Amino acid sequence: MYELIVVGGGPAGLAAACAAWENGLRRILIVERDRDLGGILNQCIHNGFGLTWFKEELTGPEYAHRFIEMLAKTGVEVRTDTMVLDVTPDLQVHMTGPATGYKIERAKSVILAMGCRERTRGAIGIPGTRPAGVYTAGAAQRYVNVEGWLPGKRVVILGSGDIGLIMARRMTLEGAKVLACVEVMPYSGGLTRNIVQCLQDFDIPLYLSHTVTEIRGKDRVEQVVVSRVDESRRPIPGTEMVFDCDTLLLSVGLIPENELTERAGVVMDPRTKGALVYENMETSVPGIFTCGNVTHVHDLVDFVSAESRRAGAAAAKYVLHGPAAGEYIALKNGFGVSCTVPQRVRPQNVEKSFNVFFRVNRIFGKSEIVVSAGERELCRFKRDRLAPGEMENITVPVKLLEGVAGEITVEIREV
Amino acid sequence: MTDVVIIGCGVIGAAAAMELSRYDLDITVLERENDVAVGTTKANSAILHAGYDPKPGTLMARLNVRGAALAKEYCAALDVPYRQCGSMVLAFSEREIDTLRELLERGLKNGVPGLAILSGDEARAREPALAETVLAALWAPTAAIVSPWEMCLAFAETAVKNGAQLRLNTAVTGLERREEGWLVHTNAGDIETRYVVNAAGVDSDAVHDMAAPHSFDVKPSRGEYYLLDKAEGTRVNTVVFQCPSQRGKGVLVSPTVHGNLIVGPNAESSDKHDLATTARGLDFVRETAKLSVPSVDFSKSIRNFAGIRANTGREDFLIGVAAPGFVDLGGICSPGLTSAPAIGEYAVELLAGEGLALEKKEKFIFERRRVRFKELSEAERQALVERDPAYGRVICRCETVTEGEILACLRAPIPPVSVDGVKRRVNAGMGRCQGGFCAPRVVEILSRELKVSPGEIVKDRAGMNILTEETKGGAAHV
Amino acid sequence: MRELICIVCPRGCHMQVDDSLNVTGNFCPRGAAYAKAELTHPTRVVTSTVRIAGAAYPRCPVKTAAPVPREKIFEVMDAIGRVTLTAPVKVGQTVIDDVCGTGVAVVAARELL
Repeated sequence: MYELIVVGGGPAGLAAACAAWENGLRRILIVERDRDLGGILNQCIHNGFGLTWFKEELTGPEYAHRFIEMLAKTGVEVRTDTMVLDVTPDLQVHMTGPATGYKIERAKSVILAMGCRERTRGAIGIPGTRPAGVYTAGAAQRYVNVEGWLPGKRVVILGSGDIGLIMARRMTLEGAKVLACVEVMPYSGGLTRNIVQCLQDFDIPLYLSHTVTEIRGKDRVEQVVVSRVDESRRPIPGTEMVFDCDTLLLSVGLIPENELTERAGVVMDPRTKGALVYENMETSVPGIFTCGNVTHVHDLVDFVSAESRRAGAAAAKYVLHGPAAGEYIALKNGFGVSCTVPQRVRPQNVEKSFNVFFRVNRIFGKSEIVVSAGERELCRFKRDRLAPGEMENITVPVKLLEGVAGEITVEIREV
Repeated sequence: MTDVVIIGCGVIGAAAAMELSRYDLDITVLERENDVAVGTTKANSAILHAGYDPKPGTLMARLNVRGAALAKEYCAALDVPYRQCGSMVLAFSEREIDTLRELLERGLKNGVPGLAILSGDEARAREPALAETVLAALWAPTAAIVSPWEMCLAFAETAVKNGAQLRLNTAVTGLERREEGWLVHTNAGDIETRYVVNAAGVDSDAVHDMAAPHSFDVKPSRGEYYLLDKAEGTRVNTVVFQCPSQRGKGVLVSPTVHGNLIVGPNAESSDKHDLATTARGLDFVRETAKLSVPSVDFSKSIRNFAGIRANTGREDFLIGVAAPGFVDLGGICSPGLTSAPAIGEYAVELLAGEGLALEKKEKFIFERRRVRFKELSEAERQALVERDPAYGRVICRCETVTEGEILACLRAPIPPVSVDGVKRRVNAGMGRCQGGFCAPRVVEILSRELKVSPGEIVKDRAGMNILTEETKGGAAHV
Repeated sequence: MRELICIVCPRGCHMQVDDSLNVTGNFCPRGAAYAKAELTHPTRVVTSTVRIAGAAYPRCPVKTAAPVPREKIFEVMDAIGRVTLTAPVKVGQTVIDDVCGTGVAVVAARELL
């Protein structure tokens, strides 16, 4: 019987396991489906990781390495090349691997840290032929950075998510010609710095409010047709541009990979597409916690690490001191806020303050994030600019919740 | 000199090959693509029709009903995913109720068992997601769903196991009548044969013309589909049709044997090889399907595709002896998949009529089993992984497909050479991530097992290479 | 006056720089330094991969240990493309001492045994 089984050995699982160890657990197992720990960071060879957490700029593999070294100093057990197939509501974990065999392990707590997957062509329904040459940006990233193969030479990228932008630069540096990055929204889905250093540095045009309306080519992509879209994201006839290219990369969103979570009977939040969680990343099933991109898709691994450490510490507390107590207050999405994590806070279970992560649903200029309980304003936070591509994070002192019951609202007020 | 050359290895060619391989014969199956089941067979509704559509008295009516019964038996024997889930044809108006009565009448004449007309409420009791506007439905309990490419593969594998020779990447370029039989010209040399079977699908008219005077044209009709995530897979539990029109059986909503929901097709006349989907076509499919089942959640779409039906504008298949020793299995439109096993049987009959001597083999191998890790019990999984650790490594996470299953299909009688070929055999890449995670691993396994560079691995057909060149000028040292 | 988005960290400050290189809109001093450098001699960290022999993967990720002049990015890529490492490789291990005369080293970014 393990005290804790962590499903996934990417940045979330690594940080969670380390924190659980530091907080007193000794029988911890990480189960990782890949050959190596580190998760998707191993293929994210660009830099920009760790500025918040390590106060220096690291590449993905370096960031993972730091945590793998931390983990090596603990007694946490690791099974790589092992896939978890099922987590039951009574915390039995079914797993399989060539060296592991097919095993069912029991645990006092489970942290789900499986990460996310990419949206595909089928999910967005791009019409046209079905040739080779259409890949998700993440799959292309693996081919280029890990396998050492280019998946194409003349590239159009649909979606301005960070992986797409990063791949625009990466493919360019490896000798491909990136013709355009096309974004259906009127703003980019990625970090501003990536627009600058991945597109502008290489004169790659970004077409906002445009989308790919047709893929052409029999065996290999030969052309893609790009059209402007109206306010409701419908293509406008007559605005078609044709790009001669052999590759279309898709960077059209990430979806938390929650099949295991759902099978474990955890209550989900349809907006984050992750589990509904309390302030300590605990789910509706006692003893099951989630953290990282499986909970909600982050922009920055640094915040994944922070969130996952909270989950790890909470799992330790749960195993060593029993379930968290207290009534919860629900967090409501007010104007401009698309979804918060956590969705519920138990003030009794918070020492000083708690973090609320959320995304706004459009671009805002100078504005304030206001937290209120009914008519009573609890606190406000100033921002110069808010964008859906950049996750917001506020720290709310728990003492402000004194006397509050039921729910609090997080909203945006433009100044 | 070989006895029979079959041109085309879709489900029709494969069925003919399998039926012929029951006898002591030299059989060669020619397929121009790099795999079997890659034409109409892989892109259709995956339905085994009960048999109330074809006009009574036609060959189509007979072969449909016979085929449906044989398919059930063969799928069980050859481990092909099959589920007899029944079908409903919906009526939204009094006129359409008349159509249901006509179909019922046809069905009774064709010998379709168990047909009944249900009231709207009876239909909704059986299938709660049906629209309130449904007035009545024709219920056909013998309709079924199937994995069409696996059915074709199972037939082709059975033929190969029983001695038939399958030549992939071999396109027929001409046919020459000889004193005894035919000379078949291909891009890979000539073949002398006593008999020829034309199972060339959408190109069956062109192959016919190589042997006999022009007599029919395939007028290809393109149908576009949605495939939805398993979360939508139980939206309906039976095949839900609308009333057929002149353009076909209309837009259906159906579960698939793989647990997804399939919605489609429209019907647009098209080029023989134009498999493009269109915004207009997909809009039509969505809007039309919602009339039957308003709650289908199209945001759960994981894939669109299009298939070509070999329509000829006639109300029957074009099956028969077109020249001495030359049998057409042409114009195989819907219900071609259902009829396939019976068409195979009938092809043997026609060849016998042309003088082909039939002597039953002493031992006909008629069994096929493959491991589906996902469907095993815990104890079976434990034992399997212990015996062969490759079954412990999950390659496709969405569909829980293991490396062991992929390696096994590479050792099967007709091994895949492409990522989609692996997908058709073991379902890797068929799930919600559509191969985003597993395609690179499948490329790696194919490259390792076929001992070729990753750059040579194709997505599907020859020429569909996935990777274009190595970074850093190559030299991958391992 | 030039408008500039800071790329030092993911915060992405929108900054204004006047003709005498006075910077406003930056959240921290690194932003000001970046803005001045960007307008006088822009630099970037280059990340890529090099061939590696004897490892589980055919490529090892590398980076320049410090930013290099932006106009030298492709030259640096060429130099990186000529290297072949042999496993084992440690994180931080020098791959090229001084790449293209920039005075900056290229170092390995992943441990491959």
